[in-house]
Amino acid sequence: MLLRHAPDLSEREVTPRDLYVNRRQILAGFGGLMIAGAGNVQAAVKSPFSTQETPTSLKDITSYNNFYEFGTDKSDPARNAGRLTVKPWKVKIDGMVGKPGDYDLDDILKGMTIEERIYRMRCVEGWSMVIPWNGFPLASLLTRVEPLSGAKYVAFETLVRPSEMPGQAGLFKILDWPYVEGLRLDEAMHPLTLLATGLYGENLPNQNGAPLRLVVPWKYGFKGIKSIVRISLTDKEPRTSWNIQAPQEYGFYSNVNPAVDHPRWSQATERRIGDTGGLFAKRRPTLPFNGYADQVAGLYTGMDLRKFY
Amino acid sequence: MAIANLRFQPRLATWPVYLAGLLPALWYVYQIFHGDLGADPVKTLEHAMGEWALRFLILGLAITPLRREFGISLLKYRRAVGLTAFLYVVLHLLVYLLLDQGLDWAAIWADIIKRPYITIGMAGFLLLLPLAGTSFNAAIRWIGGRNWNRLHKLVYPAVLAGAVHYVLLVKSWPLEPLVYLGIVLMLLGWRVWRRA
Ligand code: HEM
Repeated sequence: MLLRHAPDLSEREVTPRDLYVNRRQILAGFGGLMIAGAGNVQAAVKSPFSTQETPTSLKDITSYNNFYEFGTDKSDPARNAGRLTVKPWKVKIDGMVGKPGDYDLDDILKGMTIEERIYRMRCVEGWSMVIPWNGFPLASLLTRVEPLSGAKYVAFETLVRPSEMPGQAGLFKILDWPYVEGLRLDEAMHPLTLLATGLYGENLPNQNGAPLRLVVPWKYGFKGIKSIVRISLTDKEPRTSWNIQAPQEYGFYSNVNPAVDHPRWSQATERRIGDTGGLFAKRRPTLPFNGYADQVAGLYTGMDLRKFY
Repeated sequence: MAIANLRFQPRLATWPVYLAGLLPALWYVYQIFHGDLGADPVKTLEHAMGEWALRFLILGLAITPLRREFGISLLKYRRAVGLTAFLYVVLHLLVYLLLDQGLDWAAIWADIIKRPYITIGMAGFLLLLPLAGTSFNAAIRWIGGRNWNRLHKLVYPAVLAGAVHYVLLVKSWPLEPLVYLGIVLMLLGWRVWRRA
């Protein structure tokens, strides 16, 4: 990984939180929406991987979500996710690992250093945010459970609980539940790949995937599977929900790539949520690998990214 | 063709109908300045204008069946409903051109030729243009009532285009666009059925 070539990822100064989020917003955002997060909020350590860009407001990050388990409208998760019980929370880790088991999230978090990672997030629908996540590298967890030598991929699964997830109830199924996602093992082990437990220094709000979600900043947002209950190591490319739903539109890799359009919309530009200029804010050019090319392009050398979209 | 006895024919003048049609637009103008259009205000406006366009188009298509089947005659409001629908299509298109694409003509052109949902939406808009252009009395006299009637059959493919456009632009198969498409198909199907 070549941090030197990434001017954007220079060591971030310690920034008082009030500089980028005002207290009223924190209260408004967390007051009603969030029930209980992963546990005690741990003080987050700053990370050199953070971008210097201005974070999107807490209000926007917590009110504009794609989390179809709670409904298809972007305001549905904020409205409906409050009911979700996130404590206790167990994660089944199985497949090709030396130490499989049903792990309590509290035990997973023991001994993990929680970092603040301010990442760009690019949605496949053509909008983007800058989100100050708290979490730990997925690699730290994977190393702990000791992947076997034959393991090549990591598969993830979201909770299925129709009693608390109205989008999973009813006859009309928007997706095949559970939501599933996957990464190649080297992508999963990459230091940028994060398991998030919070944002803006607080426990993860339910609508953002509490209590544990994946964040892969160089891929489209839907790869960041939420409310994870299962992590499996395998030697076969895992199935992924959107690929099952529309294979010609969503590939396994789904790296942010302005040169490869989604069949129904261009990926060349994006709208930054909360951008200055309001209604008249210009779209921004989308960067290859969402601006993380220096860190991750090497994972894909020799691959035709038009074919492996 | 048999018409059910006219049971209900409101006396209300047409201007309040025009006014009512403007209310959603005014509400959004108010929201722009004093309210909260959410995290992505441009999309909020784009979607709202598109949805109101479709609603008014559907309302326009419902007027004849309401009269024939239920004896409710809203015929004298049809022009107001149609023009209001057209207004929302124009606002929808303007939001797309000005705010969403920032008048980036290369991107807009690429969208129109490459994205089926935009192509079809655009077709819907173009089909509505001659209708809006002939919706004043002088135009009706000028082209003659029969031609006018024939021309205004274009509203059928236009509304269908709008509804299909909506189904095509969403991810997966959410219910709402399918409900709109279902209503449009029923209203068009009714016409086929009545003629058969
Ligand atoms: C008959 C004319 C049209 C009708 C009835 C119509 C209706 C709609 C409706 C109902 C929506 C979805 C609203 C929602 O999600 O709540 C929509 C979205 C949209 N329409 Fe149209 N439309 C029409 C023409 C056009 C035209 C001419 C364009 C541009 C050239 C256009 C561009 C769009 C775009 C960009 C979206 C939003 C897609 C997104 O979610 O990103 N539409 N339209």
